[in-house]
Order: sequence, then C-alpha cells, then structure tokens
Amino acid sequence: MITRHHNVLSMRGIHKYFPGVHALKGVDFDLRQGEVLALIGENGAGKSTLIKMLGGAHQPSEGTIELFGEDSRIANPHDAQQLGIGIIYQEFNLVPYLSARENIFLGREITRGIFIDKAEERHRANELFKKLGVSIDPETPCNELSIAEQQIVEIAKALSQDVKILVMDEPSATLTPQEVKSLFRIIEDLKKQGIGIIYISHRLDEIFEICDRVYVLRDGSHIGSKEIDDINRREMIEMMVGRTLENEFPKVFQEIGEERLKVEDLRRKGGEKGVSFSVRAGEILGITGLIGAGRTELVRLIFGVDDRDGGLIMKDREVVNIQSPQDAIQNGIGLLTEDRKAQGLVLMHSVKDNFGLPNLDQFSRHAVLQLQKEKSSFLAQANNIRLKISSSDQLAGNLSGGNQQKLVLIKWLQRNCDILIFDEPTRGIDVGAKYEIYLLMNDLAAKGKAIIMISSELPEVIGMSDRILVMRSGEISGEIINTQTTSQEAIMELAVH
Amino acid sequence: MTQEAYNGLVKGLKGLLNDYGMILVLIFMIGLFSLLTINEEEAVGTAAAEVMAEKIDKQGPGKNVLIIASTSADDMEMAVNLERILDDKGHRVLERLNGDPPSAGQILRDLQKRNETVDILAVTRNVAGWSLINNAGTKFSVCANAEILQPSSRKFPRFLKTDNLRNIADRISVIAILAIGMTMVIITAGIDLSVGSLIALSAVSSALFIREFGGDAGAGPGMLIGCSLLAILICGLMGFFSGALSTTFKITPFIATLAMMMIARGLAYKFSNVTTIPISNESFAWLGKGRMAGIPVSVMVMSLLYLAAYFVMHRTTLGRHIYAIGGNTEAAHLSGVPVNKVLLLVYTICGLLAGLGGVITASNLAGGAATYGDYYELYTIAAVVVGGTSLMGGEGKIMGTLIGAFIIAVIQSGMNQIGIESNTQKVVFGLVIIGAIVTDKYKRREISTKQMSLLLVGITVVGSTIYFFLRIIYPENFN
Repeated sequence: MITRHHNVLSMRGIHKYFPGVHALKGVDFDLRQGEVLALIGENGAGKSTLIKMLGGAHQPSEGTIELFGEDSRIANPHDAQQLGIGIIYQEFNLVPYLSARENIFLGREITRGIFIDKAEERHRANELFKKLGVSIDPETPCNELSIAEQQIVEIAKALSQDVKILVMDEPSATLTPQEVKSLFRIIEDLKKQGIGIIYISHRLDEIFEICDRVYVLRDGSHIGSKEIDDINRREMIEMMVGRTLENEFPKVFQEIGEERLKVEDLRRKGGEKGVSFSVRAGEILGITGLIGAGRTELVRLIFGVDDRDGGLIMKDREVVNIQSPQDAIQNGIGLLTEDRKAQGLVLMHSVKDNFGLPNLDQFSRHAVLQLQKEKSSFLAQANNIRLKISSSDQLAGNLSGGNQQKLVLIKWLQRNCDILIFDEPTRGIDVGAKYEIYLLMNDLAAKGKAIIMISSELPEVIGMSDRILVMRSGEISGEIINTQTTSQEAIMELAVH
Repeated sequence: MTQEAYNGLVKGLKGLLNDYGMILVLIFMIGLFSLLTINEEEAVGTAAAEVMAEKIDKQGPGKNVLIIASTSADDMEMAVNLERILDDKGHRVLERLNGDPPSAGQILRDLQKRNETVDILAVTRNVAGWSLINNAGTKFSVCANAEILQPSSRKFPRFLKTDNLRNIADRISVIAILAIGMTMVIITAGIDLSVGSLIALSAVSSALFIREFGGDAGAGPGMLIGCSLLAILICGLMGFFSGALSTTFKITPFIATLAMMMIARGLAYKFSNVTTIPISNESFAWLGKGRMAGIPVSVMVMSLLYLAAYFVMHRTTLGRHIYAIGGNTEAAHLSGVPVNKVLLLVYTICGLLAGLGGVITASNLAGGAATYGDYYELYTIAAVVVGGTSLMGGEGKIMGTLIGAFIIAVIQSGMNQIGIESNTQKVVFGLVIIGAIVTDKYKRREISTKQMSLLLVGITVVGSTIYFFLRIIYPENFN
C-alpha cells in the first residue's frame, strides 16, 4: 500500500492558466509520507493556486496529479475529502454558533436511525481532542473558542476524515507564541502518524523550527527544493525574491525632531486604564505585545473609530478634538489597518477608486470629481511605489497581499499625513514587499513624519523602531529606548505577566 | 476606416454590452412582442386617403371616381381627404357619400339616370363588404367597367405603434423615477420597502392640499407647485426617518423601511378618509398627462432625473461615497467617508423621489387614493435588480436600472397586448426576474452551464405540471 510509495503526492508538469494570467508554469511537486514541507514564495508566486488544486477548487490546465501512486482527479472539494486531503485555510470554515462537535461532523453526522447519535459524536470528538493533547469541551460553540482552539477544531475535523495529506495555510499568523508552540507539538504528532503536511508561512523562523524540507515557488515556477539543513535564512529569502538582499531590516536612524503627537490618559469607553505616550517627527515608534493586549484598540481610539472616555490627543502640542475618522484625517493622521481586506480596501472596486477614497477633497471642485487629476495622481503614486497593476481599473481584490498593502499605503501618502499609524504592516506579505515597505517607512521618517508601527513580529519591531512600547492587557507595560541593545526575550518579559 | 478605429469601435461596443448586457434582453423582448402582435392592419383616415389616391393614380389620369364610405369618424376623414386629393390631382369625383347602403343605392341610381360612367369605386374596407357594392357592376351598367378599390391592409406589429410605445414610457416613468432612489439605496447595500406606500401618501397629501388650501379647480400654478412640493417634502422626511432608524438606531434597513411602509400606507388611508380625493384642476394634470413636443412630460422629468443621477453617481464625491459604503462600510468609514450622513441623504433622496412619483401619479389619475402604488416597491426593486445592481451593495449602474425598468414595462405591456390575463402575468413576471438574474450570473460565470440547464429543466417540469393540473381541474378556463 502506501509504504511502497515514498511520495504520497506527486504533481507533474502542472500548468494553470487564468484569463490573462499564467499562474503556474509547469510545476513538479512532491510530498513525502510523514514530512513537513514548507511551501514558500512571495505573494502571487502561485502557492494559493497550487493549494486550491489540491482542495479541488481549481483544476490544472495541464499536468497530472498522482496520489499514493495512482493517477487522480480532484474535481471538487468533496473529491479532495474522499482522497484524504485536508486543507486548513487562513479563514476558518467553521459555523460560529454550532458547537465544536457539530462542526467536526458537519455534513457527515453520525446517525442512529434518523437521529444524530450525539453520544457517539461526543465520544469521537473527545478522542480526537485527546489525540491532539488538548482539552476542549466538544459542546462549546465555536464563537466562544479562542482562535487557537478554533484551529484545533479544524485540525480535528480534518483528522476525523482520515486525512493523509494536510495543508496548513499560515496557521501561526494569528496565534500567540505559546499557542504556536502547542501547534508545533501537534504537527510533530501528525508527522509521526505518517501524515504528509504542507506548511505555508512567511515566518521563516518557524520554518526552520518545524519543517523538514523547503519548496520555493517564484512567479509560478518551481525555483528549488532544499532539505532544511542545507539552507539558511538568507538563501531562502534570496530564492523567494530572486535577488540578493543586503539586510532584512534596512533601518536608517533619522534625526528625531519635535513632538508631533501626544496622547494623555486615553481611555476606552468603560475602560479603566488610561494610556499616555508621544511620538516625534522622524521617529518610528514600535508598539508590540501579545494579541489582545490592546494595541489595535489604542490606535482605533486615536483615529476616532471607537468612543473614548476622556483623555487628550495633542497634535503638534495643540489639543485636537477627534470624534471620527474624518476628524483624524483632517488633523493629518492616517491609519493603515491590520486587516487590509476587511477594513482597508473596497475589494470589488478599482485600485484607482480605492486610492481616491480618502483624497476626494483633492480631486474635486464643489463635489464634482476631476477624474483626470485623480487618475494621474494615482498613476504617479503607483509608479513611485512600484505597484504591480494591469490598469487603473483593475479590482483591488485581484491584487496580491503585498500589492494591496502598497495600495493602502499610497492612499495615505497622497493625503500627506503628518502621523502614520501602521497596524501589522507586513502581516501576510512576502519578504520582497516587506523590504520595500521598510524602505518607505525610512523615507517617511526622513521627511519628518511621525510613525507608529504596531507589530507582533519581534524581529521587525526591534529591527525597524527607534523606540518600543510594550503593551499588556490594555496598558503600556514598558518602554525600550535603545532598540539596538534589546532582545526578543526582554520584550517578551514585558509582554507577559 | 482604419484598423485602429475599427478596433476601438469593437472594444467600445463590447464594453457597452458588458456594462449593459440587459439591453440585449430588452431588444429581445421588444422583438418577441413585436412578432407576437403582428396583425393585418388597414390604413384609416387620412393615411387611407393617401393610399387610395396613389392607387387611383396608378390606374391612369382623369378618372371618374365615386367615393363611398360609412359615417364613422375614420371613414369621414378618409372620404373628405380623398376627395380633396383627387381634385388636386385632376381626377373627377362624381359623388362623395358618407352613408348607409340605401343612400348608396340612391346615388348609384342617380348616376345610372345621368349615364355617368364610373371608372373607379373608391370604398373603405367595411363598405367593400356590402352586397350592393359587390354587385354594382352587374346591376348598374354605368359601373360595368368600374374598378372597386379599397385601402389595402399591411402587416404591422401592434406593439410597435407609436401610441403603445408612448404608453410604455408613460407607464414606466413613475417606477423608473422610484428606481433611481432605490438604486442608490441598494448600492449602499440597503433596501427601501416604503416607496410604494410613499406614492400613496404623496398622492393623497397633494390632492388633499390642493383641495383644502387651493380650492381645487381654482388653484393657481404657484399654489399647485407649493402643494406638490409639500407632499414631496413629507415623503422626504419619511425617507430621512428611515435613514435615521438604520444609521443612528442601527435597525436593519429592511425592518426600518418595512415599518415605514406600513406607517405611510396607514397615514395615506387616514388622510384620504378611505376615499379617492378627486382633483379637477386642469393645470395640475399637465405633469402626469401633458405632452411637450409629443413626449409625455413625466417621461421628460424621468429622463432629466436619470441624467442628473448618472452625473451624481459617476462624477461626484457623493456617488463615490455611495459606492464605497456598499462595497465595504468599514473601509469607507476608516477612509473618512461620513457614512451616516451619506446614508441619511440617500434615504432622503429615495423618499423625495417617491414623493415626486406620487405627485405624478395623482396628476395622471386626477386624484389621490391610498390604494395607489401597491406593490410598487417590489416592481422597483425588480427593475433595479434586473438592471444589474447587486443586492449585496457596492456595484450597480443607474442606466442599467433604466433598462431594467423598461424591460419590466415592455413585458407588462406586451403581455397585455397579446391577451395574457393578469394572474398569469404575475407568474411570467416572476419567471422573467429569475431569468434575468440567472442570465446575468451565468454571464459572470457565477453559475455553470450545468446549473443553468438544470434550472431551466426544473422550471419547465414544474411549469408544465402546474399547467396540466390546472387544465384538469378547471377545463373551462382552457378553451
């Protein structure tokens, strides 16, 4: 049976054409039994397309897929399930109000007569959770579970279908360091059971920790595969971007100028703890902490999104009254949200319209739009930041993550904001685009802008900030003045109790 | 034409079809109903006279013509005009009669006496059926060589007659005006169910104000405009209130406007005291019934509003904001779009336009009653959706809505013309809405050919089952 074939999956000469795009250009792909294979590449390199073929959402235009030594066709998601392929997407496929048990057996309920055999389902769910080494009550509704627990429910769901191949798309993106640790323990376990795992991540540290082999895609082609011991971080990045990088974090220390933004005792409605800090011209202030520490909530208060209960906001030493995002924008503050798709862009509208949205006052006279002016400003900015677009009418939803982030960025660059707040600016973005965004931050700082950068990635926070604030349960728990001498451990010390 | 220009033209046409693919459906519908309503049609009146004169001319110059027609208005017009034209052309009209067979017999006997040879007997179609005329050649020797000529008939689709087309535009104008506001609301991912009731409220209010404040027939133009504006303003306030409910009070638009729909309808009944309030003021009828250069005033108003709406949606910051809110409210809010203000404005505009629709209806029907505008919200939503606007918000085109409104009017009028009774019309209407949406989704590849054909087979099977079932239980209805 399987033992005879070392490869559980081999794809040969896979091509995929979309209208106007050659997404995969004759790719060969192998997955061995019981290995963890890192699938890496910049956004738009073809990772998603490849994965969606395994999930039955796309079919190859050319090429063959062999599963366990047999030619297979994965025509739809149901086929994929039948063939033992489980995929855990970044956005979970769980029904929020159903319990963990109900979600695990959704569509494949265990029945006795016409009734669902709840006892049996509960028993099996408990067994699955035990196998995964977690204690989750199977009857908890999924919307009451933490992100990490929801992920485990997804894994349990896949296991209950007897998967041989498990694909995990950025599983650690929204987990805390501890949660990532227990995820890795589960992955190790699955490995031992002979399950082949495809692990997609932009976090290279994790790849060295958990993966056996690395498979690199670039522009729809297979660039190379290496055993994890035969490759270092730098080589990995260079394979992905196709050129040599001097430095992962190109930090330039600017002359720090006058104070541009200061908040004093800023408090959420109903919140008890006030937050005070300031940021100066030319400064990049890093704010970090665990997920849920209140970093995003803090900047939402500054930007006037959420109601606040007292506290002062001072711009250039003058108190400003910010009640809504409009007020914030009027006062020269820009917010690049954490979630680009849900909060940053109107995905179904064109890149140009997205660009114009916060800038319509510049592109109109008496509320009548000056479309030419808008378009030429857009093209100039897009060109400047090297935004990859086919035309100014391209839909924002069709851009890769890195390009979407660039689009959000030029929205605010056009406003010429004095204070820019970046919330997780490089989340889900490939190394190449990350680097460009770092360079841009340097540029902005050099122009005397004040930058607040929220990030969970400690290397990034240390590498790019002039000063770091660490938050813990809604408060600032520490400040690090000298970023060149600090360490991840020092920050973690401040972030946890 | 250069290759470049040709390519440009093709690209432009393709773009147009992509944006307004429903225009094909509209053309198809017009074609279909034209085919179904083709019938023999005789020229009447002046047109008939012209046709006849031409025919007589072909027989040669200087003919002796006897014109016989009935006393109907059309026949009168034909006979008088024919006589005039023939005189001008140098023929000799022996006699012209508009009468019955006995008087025609009298004339023929007179001619026989005077021995006046008749070269041509020019008659209308119904007169040609008289036995007297058919036998004239044998009974009267003066008619022995007479040619009997009547206006020939031609095949022409009843559907395409100017009157009918104007009728369609006339009938659709109110729904099309409502659909402007509805399109804006739906693009923000909202809905407004109250517009039908607002029609009634506005019609009743304007009629009431004209009667109470202006003394009906005696009301001058200023008073009429004032009363109409007041009624429209009331509807605008109702719309504003809907908007406030769904923004400040965070009630979903469906529920908020459902409540407003009931409130407005109820108020209309209260204001009208459950009767029709008649308006006999003639100037007031101008808006709903009047014509300018042959085009109904209401259609002109509609066209102007569409041009304005197109401009607002595509060339102003407000339009951009409306689209952005529907596409992603959160992103719009965080980009500094004043979301609540824009929504309030959009619902107010929707209410104002419904108010205007109500005034036009009152003017057209010379009165206001609480029963007006029944189901209009549904027709309006149908027009918007058939016009390609997604209920999910963020996309849609104002001119698409106009096409959608016309598709609906064409179907309604077409079905009336081919004699489909009103209950069957409702079923067909529903199917057309499904058809339009599914076709659109198919075009965008949101559904597969397989799914599309399954749906068609399903509808056919269910449809024919219901048909035969009805045939069996009510055979008398299927003669």
